[in-house]
Amino acid sequence: MIELKGIHKYYNAGTVNEMCLFHNFNMNIQDHEFVSVVGSNGSGKTSLLNLICGSIPVDSGSILMNGKDITKMPEFKRQQRIGRVYQNPALGTCPHMTILENMSLADNKGKPFNLRLGTNRKRIAFYRDILRPLGLGLEDKLYVKVGALSGGQRQAMALLMSTMTPIDFLILDEHTAALDPKTADIIMRLTDQIVREKQLTTIMVTHNLRYAVEYGSRLYMMHQGQAILDKVGTEKKNLKVEDILDKFNEISIECGN
Amino acid sequence: MTIILGVLEEGLIYAILALGIYITYTILDFPDLSVDGTFPMGAALTSTLILAGVNPVLSLFLAFLAGAAAGALTGLIHVKCRVRDLLSGIIMMTALYSVNLRIAGGKSNQPIFSKETIFENAFLASFVPEALNPYLVVLLLLVIVLLCKFGLDLFLNTRSGYLLRAVGDNETLVTSLAKDKGKVKILGLAIANAFAALSGAVYCQQKGFFEITIGTGAMVIGLASVIIGTQGLRRIPAIKATTAVILGSILYKACVSIAISLGMEPSDLKLITAVLFLLILLVSKVRGRKRGKLHD
Repeated sequence: MIELKGIHKYYNAGTVNEMCLFHNFNMNIQDHEFVSVVGSNGSGKTSLLNLICGSIPVDSGSILMNGKDITKMPEFKRQQRIGRVYQNPALGTCPHMTILENMSLADNKGKPFNLRLGTNRKRIAFYRDILRPLGLGLEDKLYVKVGALSGGQRQAMALLMSTMTPIDFLILDEHTAALDPKTADIIMRLTDQIVREKQLTTIMVTHNLRYAVEYGSRLYMMHQGQAILDKVGTEKKNLKVEDILDKFNEISIECGN
Repeated sequence: MTIILGVLEEGLIYAILALGIYITYTILDFPDLSVDGTFPMGAALTSTLILAGVNPVLSLFLAFLAGAAAGALTGLIHVKCRVRDLLSGIIMMTALYSVNLRIAGGKSNQPIFSKETIFENAFLASFVPEALNPYLVVLLLLVIVLLCKFGLDLFLNTRSGYLLRAVGDNETLVTSLAKDKGKVKILGLAIANAFAALSGAVYCQQKGFFEITIGTGAMVIGLASVIIGTQGLRRIPAIKATTAVILGSILYKACVSIAISLGMEPSDLKLITAVLFLLILLVSKVRGRKRGKLHD
């Protein structure tokens, strides 16, 4: 469970450009919930993920993960229980290392990075087995550098890598936005399958309203650092793309667009 | 023949330094200038230790460790004090200039001609045949360089080595793996500067003296070797990057030697170093592909 309590976050505090993003922001994410977060640009979606992961600090308020206060915990330590996939496929893999080396890196998460061999030969068959269902032929390219792969292939790998070891939370930051529609569909289906199999608590930021409606158990719409729509359960199931679009139009009128 | 041996000797000595710079520049993507201080530090330390009667081989190990400590300090300045990479190196290099003079007892040069070194000692003289003597230095250097190369190759294939390569390739991923990228950088800088100091120590034992000025341009020489190696020899897939760097160092020293034999004065050495480096940069740019980031 992730709890955000009374979060305040200002950008450029103390300057003329001071901007208040979150003012007493509260949010609770239950275990095994799959939250789709939508909202216009600058509404605070990505900042929300960055706050949870610790990429940016809060000004005040507290963040709890499984009941434990992690507000002051550095980013890398929080990642022990978190898997994160970014919009940019390049951020999830090492381009100058081979597929096998990348898989090994991910496989060693949570273990000490000591002087034992980087690649455990006995695990190669396992890597092949989890790459095969992607249908991208990556299982036969273990010794190819990841830099030679396409964005979609890299993103599929990034998703596999971030969920390979036991984690509780999966953070998806517009992870299909940089992909073509067909590849995006494949990645989205794969995401859903992994989330179900591993019973991950998931937060997905997306601009694709269809995905937000189709996938996940909760829909969370943000505007100017506040939730303006938060639907769970049957309400979420009955939600249609048009409903969200209407809400979007309301916001736009408010903003004068 | 003497010229070829001379080129091989110099090339192999600086190859150790180049391996260090390969770690910082190519793997870590960190332009580390502290090697200009750690290279002479190795020389200063080994000369002082040998004058104090310490075993020459042991003095190499101590120089290696001292270099690692200095490199770690550069890393700490960069990571903990959030000083930019280039500046952290410059701070360290400047500070080490004085430290090196202190190590050498306040002298800007310290000869060890009459002392035993790894190249000239009673033990070697007892079994090495007379005929082998002209090649002895090159052979010994080759052993040291290969030890360094295989050591580095092995390390880069460990979990820790994977992480080192990952941090230069994609810092974000290291954070995603729940590892502190700062620590990995410090480790990389420590290893790189350990190689630099070892290189300086070997240089000192081979030349028979320590000189405070030998560090000037160490970074440029090492970097030139790395670029010649990784860019020039990248077309040959059978050659590992570490091997390419060693060959690059020898090639580079050959170029310098040719320039001097064409009528340049030995005092022009640093000028030749700089101009050659510029030429190498230009040639590798003209050849298109921007970066030479390959690891094996």
